[in-house]
Amino acid sequence: MTGTLQEQQATDAAQAAAVPGRAPAPGGRRRRSGGRQAARWVWGVAGILLVAVVWELYKWLAPADGVLIGETRVLPRTTDLAMPHVWDMLARLGEPVTRAPGANVLWLEIALAALVTLGIAAAGWLVGVIVGIGLALVMQRWRLAEWGLLPWIIVSQTVPLIAFAPVVRSWGSRVEIGAFEWQDWMSVALIASYLAFFPIAVGALKGLQSPDRIHTELMKTYAAGYWQTLFRLRFPAAVPYLLPALRLGAANAVIGAVVAEVSTGLQGGIGRLLIQFAGQASGDPAKAWAPIFGAIVLGLVAAGSIALLGVILKNYRRVEVTA
Amino acid sequence: MSTAPTTTAAVRVTGVDKTFETRSGVVHALQGIDLEVAAGEFVSLIGPSGCGKSTLMRLIADLDEPTAGTVEVNGTSAAQARKDQAYGIAFQQAGLLPWRTVAANVALPMELHGPSGAARRERVADLLEMVGLSDFADRYPDQLSGGMQQRVAIARSLAEKPSILLMDEPFGALDEMTREKMQTDLVRICAETGAAVAFVTHSIPEAVFLSDRVVVMSPRPGRIQEIVPIEVGADAARDDHLREESVFFEHVTAVREALHGGSAASTARGVETR
Ligand SMILES: Nc1ncnc2c1ncn2[C@@H]1O[C@H](COP(=O)(O)OP(=O)(O)OP(=O)(O)O)[C@@H](O)[C@H]1O
Ligand SMILES: [Mg+2]
Repeated sequence: MTGTLQEQQATDAAQAAAVPGRAPAPGGRRRRSGGRQAARWVWGVAGILLVAVVWELYKWLAPADGVLIGETRVLPRTTDLAMPHVWDMLARLGEPVTRAPGANVLWLEIALAALVTLGIAAAGWLVGVIVGIGLALVMQRWRLAEWGLLPWIIVSQTVPLIAFAPVVRSWGSRVEIGAFEWQDWMSVALIASYLAFFPIAVGALKGLQSPDRIHTELMKTYAAGYWQTLFRLRFPAAVPYLLPALRLGAANAVIGAVVAEVSTGLQGGIGRLLIQFAGQASGDPAKAWAPIFGAIVLGLVAAGSIALLGVILKNYRRVEVTA
Repeated sequence: MSTAPTTTAAVRVTGVDKTFETRSGVVHALQGIDLEVAAGEFVSLIGPSGCGKSTLMRLIADLDEPTAGTVEVNGTSAAQARKDQAYGIAFQQAGLLPWRTVAANVALPMELHGPSGAARRERVADLLEMVGLSDFADRYPDQLSGGMQQRVAIARSLAEKPSILLMDEPFGALDEMTREKMQTDLVRICAETGAAVAFVTHSIPEAVFLSDRVVVMSPRPGRIQEIVPIEVGADAARDDHLREESVFFEHVTAVREALHGGSAASTARGVETR
């Protein structure tokens, strides 16, 4: 008997030693994913360069008045006013915002505004996470709730945001509970959360429903209650579904915050700068592009933070391999 | 096989029927099942696909309820036994949680109810030692072979020292070599823990090698056709030598005949039927 055990351990040790060479091996996996990570960055940078090259090529080759089919312009004008050179736009970021003495450098102004928007978007995202996961929990627990709620959740996303923003703002301005007073940024955060909660609710529901029967029945054989099953099984199993949902939610929160800033006219955020600088585009075309870059970076930062979350939770993203 | 109702059998199934209502009609999965597994006894269920073996295991595990009849586990109802954690279960698939390490998978039942802290860690280490996976405690299931995953699942099913083990084709996915090794290990583990086992298999030699009794079932509706007692003799230990002895082959033949002979043969020979 002991002989068998030793034999078996010897076989296992041999298997363990062989593991780094095998395709789904842990060492190999980590190394390969490290390489893949680097490749991703290279391709990401290459993509940005490609966009810049295409931009410049088009500007150089296409007629100044753009490409027209009949009366309709299908490709934009290539004048410096419509399409500033990439280097001009970059150089403009390093110059002061206005000629007034003591004015901030443009990129700093953009960064500060982006931070404000990021804060509002983060608040909206957080509300969206709470509401989205809350709805998903209710829908997972009660089938009836899923049938009753899910259609409304989907319908909610068809309400046009632009129409919605001023309404929220005017409602908000009437809210005053004791010492609490509704701030304008809260309207923006609320609209951001409105866009963010949807993918999170849908993703979380799918994730919470994802455990296989074998796993739910295993928990049942352990006489595990609802909460134990939720925390030991459903939430961990939901992670692979939640991460993309959270990322989508973050991107939505940023878009929602920027659009809501524009349509409620909130000061201090990047949405405001978008409008303001666009108004000055005839005199300073490169400047108008700066907040657009800012918004893009903002979206990347938001999505990147979720990627960080994904790295922390990487062990929950392992797929089960049934041999 | 008359049973004195005073002794607490590990599992006592009395007059159990199980029917499933499906869209295409009623499926009689089990009919008139009477079965008793004594404490510490190893009983295998064997029979053609669809004869209701898994269904019977699910009834014992209280994952499903019988249409008629009663299931008693450790002298209580199946539901109570489940709440009392009277049994450990291993399904055909390992069913490990992919985000947990081997050690954490084995620790799962103990996290829910059971020893904590050092006692738990010690128990996990013991169990992994028992299934020969001590070196793999920190691996994840996707880094293990199928056989290793199965052994983790078996260690997990033993975590709370259950007096009853329910195993539904636990070695189904394994190659013959690993399978025989696992069988030997299982015999050893049962000897160490004194657990009663209800074991589903499709392999006659496996059933004969492991069991005190082999329950042969027939399909549509699922019924117990014959129970073949396996007596290997007092001195013949259940180790790899047994596989080559004539008494082993005699029993394999007996089970095969029971399986292939059908009810006609068994009634003709007057073999014990239930
Ligand atoms: N949930 C269910 N609904 C309807 N019919 C079912 C259900 N579960 C099992 N059955 C039916 O009950 C019968 C017995 O199934 P069971 O899974 O117990 O067979 P089995 O003996 O385990 O077969 P196998 O050896 O292939 O695993 C089958 O005819 C099956 O179709
Ligand atoms: Mg089965």
